[in-house]
Amino acid sequence: MVAGGAPNGGGASAEALSAKVVVQNLTIRYGNHVALRGLDLSIRRNEILGVIGPAGSGKTSFLRALNRMDEFIPGMEVEGRITFDGRDIRRVRNVYALRSRIGVVFPLPVGLPLTVYENVALAPRLRGVRKGSELDEIVERCLRRAALWEEVKDRLDSLGSLLSGGQQQRLTIARALSQEPDLLLLDEFSIAVDPVTTMRIEDVLKDLKNEMSIVLVTNLVQQARRLADRTAFFLTGEHVETSDTARIFSGIVKDPRTHDYIEGRFG
Amino acid sequence: MTGTAAPLFAGTSLNARDRKIEWLVRALLGLMTALLILPVVIIMALLVVEGGPVISWEFLTTPPVDGMTAGGILPALVGTVWLVVVALIASVPVGVAAAVYLSEYAPDNWLTRAINLAIINLAGVPSIVHALFGVGAFVLFFRFGTSILAASLTLAVMTLPVVIVSTRESLQAVPRAFREACWNMGATRWQTIRRIVLPNALSGILTGIILEVSRTSGETAPIMFTGAAFFLPFLPQGVLDQTMAMSLHLFVITTQVPDAPEALPFGVALVLISMVLAMNALSIAFRVYVRGRKKW
Amino acid sequence: MNPQALARSRDFDHRGRAWYADRAVTVFVFIGGTSAILFIGGIFAFIAREGLGFVFTEFDAGEFFGSIAWRPTSALDATYGALALIVGTASITGLAMVVSIPFSLAAAVFIGEFARGRVRETLKVLVELLAAIPSVVWGFIGFSIMNSLIIDIFDVPIGLNVLNAGIILGLMAAPIMTTIAEDALKAVPDGYREAAEALGATRWQVIRKVVIPAAKNGLVAAVLLGVGRGFGETMVVLMASGHSINLPDSVFDSVRALTATIAAELGETAVGSDHFRALFTLGILLFLVTFAINLAADIIMRGIRRKGERGRP
Repeated sequence: MVAGGAPNGGGASAEALSAKVVVQNLTIRYGNHVALRGLDLSIRRNEILGVIGPAGSGKTSFLRALNRMDEFIPGMEVEGRITFDGRDIRRVRNVYALRSRIGVVFPLPVGLPLTVYENVALAPRLRGVRKGSELDEIVERCLRRAALWEEVKDRLDSLGSLLSGGQQQRLTIARALSQEPDLLLLDEFSIAVDPVTTMRIEDVLKDLKNEMSIVLVTNLVQQARRLADRTAFFLTGEHVETSDTARIFSGIVKDPRTHDYIEGRFG
Repeated sequence: MTGTAAPLFAGTSLNARDRKIEWLVRALLGLMTALLILPVVIIMALLVVEGGPVISWEFLTTPPVDGMTAGGILPALVGTVWLVVVALIASVPVGVAAAVYLSEYAPDNWLTRAINLAIINLAGVPSIVHALFGVGAFVLFFRFGTSILAASLTLAVMTLPVVIVSTRESLQAVPRAFREACWNMGATRWQTIRRIVLPNALSGILTGIILEVSRTSGETAPIMFTGAAFFLPFLPQGVLDQTMAMSLHLFVITTQVPDAPEALPFGVALVLISMVLAMNALSIAFRVYVRGRKKW
Repeated sequence: MNPQALARSRDFDHRGRAWYADRAVTVFVFIGGTSAILFIGGIFAFIAREGLGFVFTEFDAGEFFGSIAWRPTSALDATYGALALIVGTASITGLAMVVSIPFSLAAAVFIGEFARGRVRETLKVLVELLAAIPSVVWGFIGFSIMNSLIIDIFDVPIGLNVLNAGIILGLMAAPIMTTIAEDALKAVPDGYREAAEALGATRWQVIRKVVIPAAKNGLVAAVLLGVGRGFGETMVVLMASGHSINLPDSVFDSVRALTATIAAELGETAVGSDHFRALFTLGILLFLVTFAINLAADIIMRGIRRKGERGRP
């Protein structure tokens, strides 16, 4: 644990310089309700950071703050500092460029009311790709990497919302990948997905971490254990601890509540 | 039931008296509803019976003659089309922009409340007051004179709430999750609106516009002093010309041309109401069709 | 896409075309949004510009509200007593409400609470079509059909009177009242109905004791909007009320309304004359009254929405 009770925090440590994202003293409020209190955390390059904790512990709010979504959510207030590649995300001149480098996957798949093809081609189009052949290439690459290509290659022109739940979730992953993100945020992606698809997506994620940082918010403790390099535990807005996944799951915890949670004693 | 100190709903089963009252109330309310609706049916029937024989291809394609006691209604028909089209050109962009602002941008603050109040009042101000505004603003102040332009702008201001309200409703029917997904991808608000929200609200917006066409083509008071003329044997050549209009023509031949044949105004009324109701039916049908093919 | 362009699209210090387009649209839609305020303000400003000139010179409140002598064209002694016009408008609107309120509310209850499925949809469409009939067509019906009908039935010399215009106006105001009232009934949560029905109440008992009291404010707003509609209607009162300056003794008397006076006289006045400006003064009166009615209805309905939102989980 780093001095001052701030796990993985600290101003000028080597960690802070090399990390993809550094979060310092992040507090999130919705009106009077405090969703997250004084979070210090960093996201390293090419890691999967698991975030576990029971419902209402501030995990989703954390993801929203990383993407500066508070702008769109009435009543959401964010304090503290978040840097992305060393830059304060509050100070960037073009927040859209920032968001385009962060892919987000929601708990329930949101298939935009577009065709399968256009769902994946949207982000490239937004950043100015116009050539058909280039779009075709991006769409195929992203669908392949999301392990969906074989299933949808013959129905690229049908509505994305007509796919099955598991396919739709992979479609949203393909869509996130089409942004060519440096950071991928997954918010309980497997809630509405069958176990087989979940496994396939998990394999995809293991691959993807060679190219980007991944934050995996999950209510499935075992999923964090399978995938995450490090695991953070949130509880009712408090960041209890973050540690190597292997250590946490072998019982080496700094706070007994972490142990209780992963043992399934509450939550 | 009345006058007793019994609990609110005494008894556990429906007794015969309650059931009888229920039946009577139901019948009475149904009858009153029917009486309210009936006039539409009777009016339509009367107009068709009395006005039907007047209508012919010639009636629709020739101008009135002999002091408007004979001939057709061509200039009035064409004039109404002019008035409606120019009014749409003016009001649709403004109305859609206003709806986009209210649905996609407006925070919950005093300004938004003021805008909503203004919209309600634009819809509620009497049409003759809109006419006074049209005379004061467009005819006199902006010096458009009595012209299609002045009349159409008056109509545009008056029917703006129709476009705003229906567009706002159809924008808000697009689920918020779509917007959030787009914003998360780094789309600007406008990119989100253009690529996702507007395409999915388009049919609803069209429904509103059709409704506005219906409203606009039937209005009389706002155009009386701003651009519509009692009688003009010519078709308008541009927006600065005056024009005849169906609604005013009906008023004129009903009240100002005493020696017009009795069936003539029925024919004009039939054509006018057919235009209006056809537009309305179209918008209702469109709405039903759209409801049936939602993409989510 | 070349690598340079790609890099630029990912540079969060670079504001590309999309950024500026978004800004431009934001400004554009803001202007569109505030235009409604601009227009309503403009309406008042332009009417006041002409009308207030009259109010501050020729206007005599005692005469305006106390005299029935509306003689704007008299060369020697023009008088502007609007009492008869106000009473005319009030009597027609009043009768219209007597006709319209019971029928509209009955229709709202029937459509909202009793009718089901196809019947309900059909009735709603018919109400919508009723609302779509242009006012000049209603005026024509009053002038051509109701007129002779009233003469025949009641054996009176003229059928263009308060009764004629009132009935027509009642029919015109009915759709808006029915629609808003039905919305108000619909806003009452189904839980209320189910709870009462579980206690063994009949549907009508539920409506009378639970639904209508809960929807009371919405029903009041519906009536207010109906009054506003009737009050401001022009063509019907111009064509069907007889248009004679008169304090009516019975519904068979002809009257003249505020709106109809403007419609009938505006075309025959010289721009800027006292008469012209007096008509705009009538416009100010109409504007203020309808504004007040709409404001009141809005405040009542906003109260309902607030309550509804708080009640939501």
